[in-house]
Amino acid sequence: MTANHTPQVREPLVHLSRRTEFSPLRAWGVRLAALVLGLIVCGLAAFLLIEKLQQNPGRIGDFYYAFIKGSFGTSRKLWKMLKNLSILLCIALALTPAFRMRFWNTGAEGQTLMGVLGAIAVDFYFGGKWPEALLIPVMLLAAIIFGGVWGLIPALFKARFNTNETLFTLMMNYVATFVVSYFLVIWVPSGSSSLAKLKYGKLPSVVNDYFLIILIALLLTIGLYIYLNYSKHGYEISVVGESVRTAQYVGISVPKVILRTMLLSGMLCGLTGFLIGSGLDQTITTESVGGQGFTAIMVAWMGNFNPLMMILTSGLIQILNQGAAQISQDFNVSGALPDVIVGIMLFFVIGCEFFINYQLHFRRAQSKEAVR
Amino acid sequence: MNIWLNFLIDSLAFGATFMYGSTGEILTEKAGHLNLGIPGIMCMGGAGGCLMLNLVGASSLPPFLIVVLGILSSAAAATLMGLIYSFLTVTLRANQNVTGLALTTFGVGLMKVIMSKLNPSVYLVTPKVYYRWPFAGRQDSLQCLGVMFFLGLIIAAAASYVLYRTKIGLHLRAVGENPATADAVGINVTRYKYLTTCIGSGIAGLGGFYYVIDYMASQEAYLSLEAFGWLSIALVIFALWRPHRTIIGSTIFGFLFSCSSFITNLSFIQVTMALKPILKMLPYVFTIVVLIVSSVRNKRENQPPESLGLPYFRENR
Repeated sequence: MTANHTPQVREPLVHLSRRTEFSPLRAWGVRLAALVLGLIVCGLAAFLLIEKLQQNPGRIGDFYYAFIKGSFGTSRKLWKMLKNLSILLCIALALTPAFRMRFWNTGAEGQTLMGVLGAIAVDFYFGGKWPEALLIPVMLLAAIIFGGVWGLIPALFKARFNTNETLFTLMMNYVATFVVSYFLVIWVPSGSSSLAKLKYGKLPSVVNDYFLIILIALLLTIGLYIYLNYSKHGYEISVVGESVRTAQYVGISVPKVILRTMLLSGMLCGLTGFLIGSGLDQTITTESVGGQGFTAIMVAWMGNFNPLMMILTSGLIQILNQGAAQISQDFNVSGALPDVIVGIMLFFVIGCEFFINYQLHFRRAQSKEAVR
Repeated sequence: MNIWLNFLIDSLAFGATFMYGSTGEILTEKAGHLNLGIPGIMCMGGAGGCLMLNLVGASSLPPFLIVVLGILSSAAAATLMGLIYSFLTVTLRANQNVTGLALTTFGVGLMKVIMSKLNPSVYLVTPKVYYRWPFAGRQDSLQCLGVMFFLGLIIAAAASYVLYRTKIGLHLRAVGENPATADAVGINVTRYKYLTTCIGSGIAGLGGFYYVIDYMASQEAYLSLEAFGWLSIALVIFALWRPHRTIIGSTIFGFLFSCSSFITNLSFIQVTMALKPILKMLPYVFTIVVLIVSSVRNKRENQPPESLGLPYFRENR
């Protein structure tokens, strides 16, 4: 009896390899395909969730048209979209230096909220007593200091004890929330804990209320692009991000870079907090930032930590948000629908990066190659 | 009943929400995946269970079956969420933080849409009595200790046993510490990551369902679920990645979170309104302190898993 002893190694169905080169044009093709696929899945989800669409499937055209109508329908909607884009972009920009250093700052929500608190605290105590020309710069200063300190605390422990920064900054968000609700209780003794809109300390209106915010976001984008790509600091950040050991070897003081970068990150979050507090709300709630600190993490990551790309990604998120809000209005569904649609689209955008970075080799194709 | 005992039992019952959530998260983190989607997963766990109860709540099925169906469908909905997460992070090697946050956005939104369509008089009013067996009729805090509370205790203890006393647990921890080494030993890294993430998500989802149907048993309860998801992630650190410690940790968290409302009942303690936010802040501050202390002491068994947050690709060097 003869047995076949040759070991049979079964080829896996799919074999992966990292792509070495992939033309940017094709990469954008993949991203576009992912967006289209995501929109189709959103349409399917809409059929499941929206009763008015089930009754009248012909309105699916309205469903997709709402994405355009929501942001570009009127000039007011366009300005609102640009304003939302700018705020989200500012927070994402603030995160970028830290992310380039591989410091996973999940605390933008809290750092921005502290910025709002700083601005509003100054406004609350000194509004009306000081001239606006003094009040507003001090509000800005306070916002930047508050945000910077909130970012610096986790960085100190990261630099000294290598404390896990993702979890630390995440917790700081909630501490910030309760710090704000503490001050609300003190400021509004009546018990309602909602601060009425303050009369003073409003960022002056140029062209309209939103223009200045958009301008600041644009300047910040360019400034940060230059800082990260063409300055010594930016280079040090990249080296620490790539390899802490290399950084130590070439004589970069890693703790110093961590502290400096996180201070910058927190200060920029504080600046955004000032824009929200002084430019838009003139009041504060625990929801003043409204989760944008978390959305910004996704914006920065999807934009490959490139400030210019992030304009596109934050635009995408805000167009989806406003489109979906338009849908909930047109089809009369729960206000939480935008989250569902943004979530689905994010899955596709996040997932498609895999097909840009890796190449799939299927079993059949490979064995043919071997025969040849 | 003695007011302090009442308070303790209430903290235990409240804490079970985080106990589920953080037991699930510990399993996932031990496989090397920081799942920030837990709030979304817990929300969907709640929505999935309530969706099923909305179908069977008014039917004439035996109560036992209704309880089991609700639990299973809650776990199933949460597991599906875990499947999305693990497909994106394990197979497609996407960034875990980003995927988790997207999952939370999606899950919280979808839950709110689903819950707004359900009928509370069907999914809540009758079934909640079944879930609160055996203490359903009582007027004191004991009424909140139901079937799912005890299930939570069992799951937390079992998870600790599996993680630290069995071969499967040893393999799992190896995957989380150093997947390349585990792979070299012949452990199927992908399978371990998928299974633990899905099972962990299923467990976490039950926490959301427990809070909505048993502990709070009100139709607005689902609105505060997201915050408890984040608290569950905090509890993971507080418990230093040991599931059984979440039982104590969750009670302390529950105590701190609800003591602001309990303390007002005590005549001998003066509470100002301003004290409430401070008390609610304490769980997070304690967590930060634990995180710092464990990193300062730098004991190896108390650290986060070595490869937490990093994707694994065999050909990477």
